[in-house]
Amino acid sequence: MARVVVDVMLKPEILDPQGQAVQRALPRLGFTGIADVRQGKRFELELEGPVDDAALARIREAAETFLANTVIEDFTVRVEETS
Amino acid sequence: MTSRVGVVTFPGSLDDRDAQRAIRLAGAEPVALWHRDKDLHQVDAVVLPGGFSYGDYLRAGAISRFSPVMATIIEQAKLGMPVLGICNGFQVLTESHLLPGAMLRNNHLHFICRDQKLRVENATTAWTTDYQAGQEISVPLKNMDGRYTADARTIDELESEGRVVFRYLASGPNEVGNPNGSINDIAGITNAAGNVVGLMPHPEHAVEPLVGTGGTDGLGFFTSVLKQLVSS
Repeated sequence: MARVVVDVMLKPEILDPQGQAVQRALPRLGFTGIADVRQGKRFELELEGPVDDAALARIREAAETFLANTVIEDFTVRVEETS
Repeated sequence: MTSRVGVVTFPGSLDDRDAQRAIRLAGAEPVALWHRDKDLHQVDAVVLPGGFSYGDYLRAGAISRFSPVMATIIEQAKLGMPVLGICNGFQVLTESHLLPGAMLRNNHLHFICRDQKLRVENATTAWTTDYQAGQEISVPLKNMDGRYTADARTIDELESEGRVVFRYLASGPNEVGNPNGSINDIAGITNAAGNVVGLMPHPEHAVEPLVGTGGTDGLGFFTSVLKQLVSS
């Protein structure tokens, strides 16, 4: 079975207070040297059939219209081989 | 004939009954609309109420946008039917692209619930003619994802065309007026035609002296649209 991963991140210019809250917590826990944190979403889609161009095109369409709001978010689509 | 104003119930809507009550108090007939029913049952206008439709699981308003009733509402809104989106309803309107921009998590990451002072910036939309431009009103605000944002070009367009309908104001010297980090203190906007309005605060909770803010500052939304429907 093939897995397609869609990563969704807030656009760089959009303030991410969740990422900031994580960044502030890190040094308190002893994890120093981290300059910035951005928090995003990861969707793992398990396909019933093969990952061909048509399937990927449909997933891109789903990502653009539904999984991400492209007014505020960017997304990437990639195939992950599973055994 | 009494004007019919529909109120959509999505799974997770909370304020649909209050919206219906506000419509009745304004003198119109509220009509309950169901998210899975494409038919708008001859309503003249629609209110998308507050709540957490479909749990806001993906993003606030993201799943509701694809419900059968929204397909018809989007179509009719483009033809000029008045549509008001309150809180979650505003989020549904931006996700549907009936209004530009998007809503983000409040900048302080907390749910906020308080009486909110607003300035009416545009008293010419279908939902605001019973107010005066510059008038200050107070209605409840309660949300988690209320930080309005849009790209700089969209904001310039909204500002220059007078499409910012409501702006957050401080109610005293010790209060920060902007409750969520919204760009330019924007609390509500309209489309170019003025028939679609969305805002985060809740006018439907400020229509009777007994409850809410204790004032009736929110009633004007519903009397405004009623006048528009009667005169058209």
